[in-house]
Amino acid sequence: MNQLSTPALTQEQMLPSQQPVRLIDESGTAAVGRTYKENYPLPAEQTLLRGYAQLVTGRRINDQASALVRQGRMAVYPSSHGQEACQVAAAMCLADGDWLFPTYRDTVAVMARGVDPVQVMELLRGSWHSGYDPYEHNVATQSTPLATQLLHAVGVAHAAKLKGQDTVVVALCGDGASSEGDFHEALNFAAVFHVPVVFFVQNNEYAISVPLSQQSVAPSLAHKAIGYGMPGERVDGNDLAALLAVLGNAVQRARSGGGPSLVEAHTYRMQSHTNADDASRYRTADEVSAWEPRDPLLRLRTYLLGANLLTEADEGRIAAEAESVAKVLRDGLNADVSVDPQDLFRFVYSEPTPQLLEQAQLLGEELSREGATS
Amino acid sequence: MTAISARPTAADPSVQTPPATAESPAAATAGPAAGKQQSLTFAKALTLAMADSMAADDAVVVFGEDVGVLGGVFRITEGLNKRFGQERCFDTPLAESGIVGMAVGMAMNGMKPVVEMQFDAFAYPAFEQVVSHVAKMANRTKGKVRLPMVIRIPYAGGIGGVEHHCDSSEAYYVHTPGLTVLAPSTAVDAYLMLRDAIRSPDPVVFLEPKKLYFAKEDVDIDALRAAYESTAQATSIGRAVIAREGTDATLIAYGPSVPTALAAAEAAAAEGRSLQVIDVRSLVPFDDETVCAAVRRTGRAVVIAEAPGFASVAAEIVARVQERCFHSLAAPVRRVTGFDIPYPAPKLEQHYLPGVDRILDVVDELQWEDQ
Ligand SMILES: Cc1ncc(C[n+]2csc(CCOP(=O)(O)OP(=O)(O)O)c2C)c(N)n1
Ligand SMILES: [Mg+2]
Repeated sequence: MNQLSTPALTQEQMLPSQQPVRLIDESGTAAVGRTYKENYPLPAEQTLLRGYAQLVTGRRINDQASALVRQGRMAVYPSSHGQEACQVAAAMCLADGDWLFPTYRDTVAVMARGVDPVQVMELLRGSWHSGYDPYEHNVATQSTPLATQLLHAVGVAHAAKLKGQDTVVVALCGDGASSEGDFHEALNFAAVFHVPVVFFVQNNEYAISVPLSQQSVAPSLAHKAIGYGMPGERVDGNDLAALLAVLGNAVQRARSGGGPSLVEAHTYRMQSHTNADDASRYRTADEVSAWEPRDPLLRLRTYLLGANLLTEADEGRIAAEAESVAKVLRDGLNADVSVDPQDLFRFVYSEPTPQLLEQAQLLGEELSREGATS
Repeated sequence: MTAISARPTAADPSVQTPPATAESPAAATAGPAAGKQQSLTFAKALTLAMADSMAADDAVVVFGEDVGVLGGVFRITEGLNKRFGQERCFDTPLAESGIVGMAVGMAMNGMKPVVEMQFDAFAYPAFEQVVSHVAKMANRTKGKVRLPMVIRIPYAGGIGGVEHHCDSSEAYYVHTPGLTVLAPSTAVDAYLMLRDAIRSPDPVVFLEPKKLYFAKEDVDIDALRAAYESTAQATSIGRAVIAREGTDATLIAYGPSVPTALAAAEAAAAEGRSLQVIDVRSLVPFDDETVCAAVRRTGRAVVIAEAPGFASVAAEIVARVQERCFHSLAAPVRRVTGFDIPYPAPKLEQHYLPGVDRILDVVDELQWEDQ
């Protein structure tokens, strides 16, 4: 009823631009003179410089985490190598009170938001299902059941709207997740209730082995937006400048009461789905190497160097920052983590049920017997 | 767990009424001295519980399919939209996963959603949200994110409903650690337990036996409300109650099977056999203490439930009682449940549902000859 009080958008406002929005092209040149449906100015120099530093850190986190898996310090790591611009932009477009709803692949975005790196890795090192307090940085737990978190994002935004909070929620998912029912339900609910959510799809062309062509034959994933009555936009997912502009615009729309929108970033998963996957079984080396020149770090670095915005000293400082995060990860994950078996029973209910107390006692006795004999 | 609290039922006014205490608010509604009695249906008790909870706490919001202007297909949310406004009681698009998933997010952001699934079998689209998030969020975050939300599900049969409208789906939920699962059988409990569910910090699956929606009890509503409000903690969660005293055997039932069990006890009494009836009410947490103490006194037990018996709540209760009360048992603990078939069409459901005769036949087989 009253949800429909906002004026309907025109088709033009809802359909994405013909081409993904791009502000810096693959040669590192600012792409001027293009027309998109909105005016997307190049972000400020300092913002780009800050973003570049985050990209370098993000790449370093991906490399370090992959190494830690090889060394047996982590169970698994779904790398966002190649998608770092999306990761960094998702964190940078938010204000402090805003919320981020990440997936298993969005570790870099979670860390870019300020969450403690070692706590983030509790999931992937296998010491608990999630290691950080979602309320500390307004970052939800990394979601594994595909697209389910999008509905939680809608709920947080709906509550924020009812409470009059000035909160925007950015919800992440992949191209494959866009086929799930919860993706549809979340976008529809968000549009009907007109809540401040930005759905940000990282289209990296694959869902494990399945290419996008087998997920959807829509003109683009961003075209789905019009079906829900919200604006959709497509953006070059390896262009941090364009991502910041497009996501910034969407966040601004949400914050000013303009409702939800859908942003699709065109990017590429440069590595296997996780360390346990073998991407060579379903895609060619040529296909992968064609994406190498489109690397998000390379592109922004070339631009910044060309514009005299990045000095050698800056690069040294940025590399050192990235290395210090990698060291935090190495030190944290190389230290053996202590797990408390009684934690198994502590949090299932606000107070353990009589049955759980019995089971906790059973395990406690087992462990003390083991302790006595060893 | 504390002592068993008996409570009055309209069906059996002879049941002894304990004094009204903070421990047992239900007691405050009993007895002619308590105040003005009025007839309250199970359905209206639920409506009242939601209205009182919404009045007491701005964070409580009610939503689902047709729950707004219409008041729900069973009219359980009747009047809430009008009284509390569109922001507190509203219709959603038709999508159960969406309803439950959105409730998760609202609960994360300080609200206490009470959502309605239109029918038992139409809650299945929400199953992933229920199992993977509603039940697991608190554990996943070591208690940092708790989800104070209630999923109300009109459930079970006996109403002549066509396919997909009569499932007893409790086993799916009780088998999911992290959920509290409640199934009231009286109007008084419908009120008290729904209020307890709404104020619980944990997510609750609240199973409402459809066939009892229009069952009536005489209740002093003001006293009921006052008694509830004088308690700071849940009095019904994790607590079974004795619905009827008896000495020869114990019938253990919950939700829609409680009136059936009471009727069986009534019939048995006419034949000179005294059957006790336990209303489990709280499937999770389960009140082993009350149930087992009762069975130890009678030495015989029959568990009654509508759901198919295989791997069911009834099966679990039998196992628990057998493990804990073995030396007090005079006969194996038996079950009277639905058959292991999809819920039957209306013209066949009377053959499926546990009825008085089937219960009494099983009671007769409890090795009385060994006495
Ligand atoms: C509901 C559900 N089904 C299946 C899976 C197993 N699974 C994990 S990731 C994945 C692929 C997801 O692809 P996409 O959404 O494109 O994200 P990406 O991994 O490419 O970032 C699948 C099938 C899952 N996690 N959840
Ligand atoms: Mg993908």
